[in-house]
Amino acid sequence: MKTLIRKMALALGATLTLTLTALLSPALAAGGGMAWDKFPDKRVTDMAALQNGAKLFVNYCLNCHQAAFMRFNRLRDIGLTEQQIKENLIFTGAKVGETMKVALDAKDAKEWFGALPPDLTLVARSRSAPGQGSGADYIYTYLRSYYRDDTKATGWNNLVFPSVGMPHVLWELQGQQKAIYADEKDPHDPSKTVHVFKGFEQIAPGTMNQAEYNLAVADLVAFLQWMSEPNQNERVRLGVWVLIFLAVFTVIAWRLNAAFWKDIK
Amino acid sequence: MAEFKEAPAGAPVSTQVTTWLQNRFPTAFDAYKVHMSEYYAPKNFNFWYFFGSLALLVLVLQIVTGIFLVMHYKPDATKAFESVEYIMRDVPWGWLIRYMHSTGASAFFIVVYLHMWRGMIYGSYKKPRELIWIFGCAIFLCLMAEAFMGYLLPWGQMSYWGAQVIINLFAAIPFIGPDLSLLIRGDYVVGDATLNRFFSFHVIAVPLVLLGLVVAHLLALHDVGSNNPDGVEIKARKDPTTGIPLDGVPFHPYHTVHDIVGVSVFLMIFTAIIFFMPEMGGYFLEYNNFIPADPLQTPAHIAPVWYFTPYYSMLRAVTDPMVNVFAVVAALAAVLAVLKGGLSGKWKVAVLVGAVVVIAALKIFDAKFWGVVVMGVAVLVLLPLPWLDRSPVKSIRYRPSWNKVLYGIFVFNFVVLGYLGMKPPSDIGTLISQVGTMFYFGFFLLMPWWSRIGEFKAVPDRVTFQPH
Repeated sequence: MKTLIRKMALALGATLTLTLTALLSPALAAGGGMAWDKFPDKRVTDMAALQNGAKLFVNYCLNCHQAAFMRFNRLRDIGLTEQQIKENLIFTGAKVGETMKVALDAKDAKEWFGALPPDLTLVARSRSAPGQGSGADYIYTYLRSYYRDDTKATGWNNLVFPSVGMPHVLWELQGQQKAIYADEKDPHDPSKTVHVFKGFEQIAPGTMNQAEYNLAVADLVAFLQWMSEPNQNERVRLGVWVLIFLAVFTVIAWRLNAAFWKDIK
Repeated sequence: MAEFKEAPAGAPVSTQVTTWLQNRFPTAFDAYKVHMSEYYAPKNFNFWYFFGSLALLVLVLQIVTGIFLVMHYKPDATKAFESVEYIMRDVPWGWLIRYMHSTGASAFFIVVYLHMWRGMIYGSYKKPRELIWIFGCAIFLCLMAEAFMGYLLPWGQMSYWGAQVIINLFAAIPFIGPDLSLLIRGDYVVGDATLNRFFSFHVIAVPLVLLGLVVAHLLALHDVGSNNPDGVEIKARKDPTTGIPLDGVPFHPYHTVHDIVGVSVFLMIFTAIIFFMPEMGGYFLEYNNFIPADPLQTPAHIAPVWYFTPYYSMLRAVTDPMVNVFAVVAALAAVLAVLKGGLSGKWKVAVLVGAVVVIAALKIFDAKFWGVVVMGVAVLVLLPLPWLDRSPVKSIRYRPSWNKVLYGIFVFNFVVLGYLGMKPPSDIGTLISQVGTMFYFGFFLLMPWWSRIGEFKAVPDRVTFQPH
């Protein structure tokens, strides 16, 4: 029995080591670029936040971006009825069982924005970067980092996605801000100066104040995060039960093993 | 044919059914005896002996989940990505089946690497189990092919560009390379033709070969019997009356109930990953693979999935200076063989000519080609292990103590190579992987020398076993 416990401890130890190596290495791989803000994770399990996010998504994003793998009626999972979805969230002739497509022509998009706006169904998963943060962190930072830049065709630029093709779609909510830069001595080479970002300055107010805007973006990102894997909360909930079952089963298996092996001398 | 038996009159139904079956299918009953109830396996199996049965479990999981995935997956460049998302979202429990399959791929390699490691430290490949080891190596090769081709199927960016990079490696082979890579792709770039043939190989061809090899691996094992942590042949000491090895216990029920504990602990870890971190921080499911394949947009950093990276690292380690190092090593080895090898005059000439040919080839062909060769040989070098190891004992327990350090460094080196293979290339990384590559090959190719030296401990007559 003692040896079996030792063996199981060894098994756990080996897995832990493997897991830790796997998890620690991306931290070492942190790339350059600006640090991402932390997306408030709790919003993903908050139905009201997800519903507000869905509203923002269909109003502001789903005109150029598609979510071609996401069905409208899946929104029932965040507490909406089919009637509510049809009446409030579908502006095209789409049926409630269809996916979220847009009628934007790829050629036009290329001409207007320089690229086809990417599909957003999975953006919260694909944008994760080990060591930097989750995809939700990225989008949360990105949507709050637009600033006025007259050198760009759209009049907008973004701190985490420089020279981005998309203008600031949420500008009416956030208002307009500009980026403050300062020239500082390069710490590695005193003969040079570097352009250092010092912060944003609000130059025109929006319909929301800073805190309200942050919350609205958090809701939108929560929706994108949820949409990237609609069953993610269910998955975690189920996982707890599976592990409880297996823990009980392990104890039974362990005692069964001991019952057989007690005769072996 | 065995004697036709009659169940005694008034026997219970179960006996009657058994007798009926025994008369018509005695092979099944014989097989059950040979492989389960009367297969005597050593009683001193330890932790490392879980991984063989776990590999079998994962194989079954992969096949079963694969069958269900194929019901909804579409091997078509325009539909593949969409169909995977359909499985993840619209197919009832599709997400679970898919996560089991994707996590299972990584789990397979973890389990198989640990299984191979067990074979190495206890000398399980040594006589009379050479063929089991060779079948195992063939299984490992099949597994690599299976994983590589399966990885293309979700048709994400990493699927696409990973396949592009690896198939392009074949193009580095002199003379036949460009045509060979064209033959593999079925097109000038990775495309629909590639996806379809990889699908075909992934779901039919390779699994068939894999299953055949697994059967051969197990049959050969059950013919010669399992090794054990002491490296003692249990068949050498049998009970004089029954003929059963004194240190053996019937596989069923003793090892089956034992393996169930291992399976249960394994499943706890496996399901924890599936339910709480299916992407495993981007190692089991790479983030870039959530973007559909785009032939016009190359990702900034392309790396194979973690289980290939030790070999990928060795491939990248072969730069022009490294080829020169190989040439010097070949020359030194030839000189040493001629001076110290005790060869006849004819063989001395042959060795020298061989060395000159090797060095000329090293200098003539591209370093990229030699990188591919090194990557391939890094796997193939496992095959002759039973003959490279000249140690008089099997288990590391009775080898000279410093061998433990050496085997420890081998594992550490393999992990470091794996780590470096995931990172973008860097000067220091390349240097470390070059040293690591030399160590990896040195470990195997110098084995005939180092495995003989040192002080060996006395191997006991019977296995070491403490009753539970």
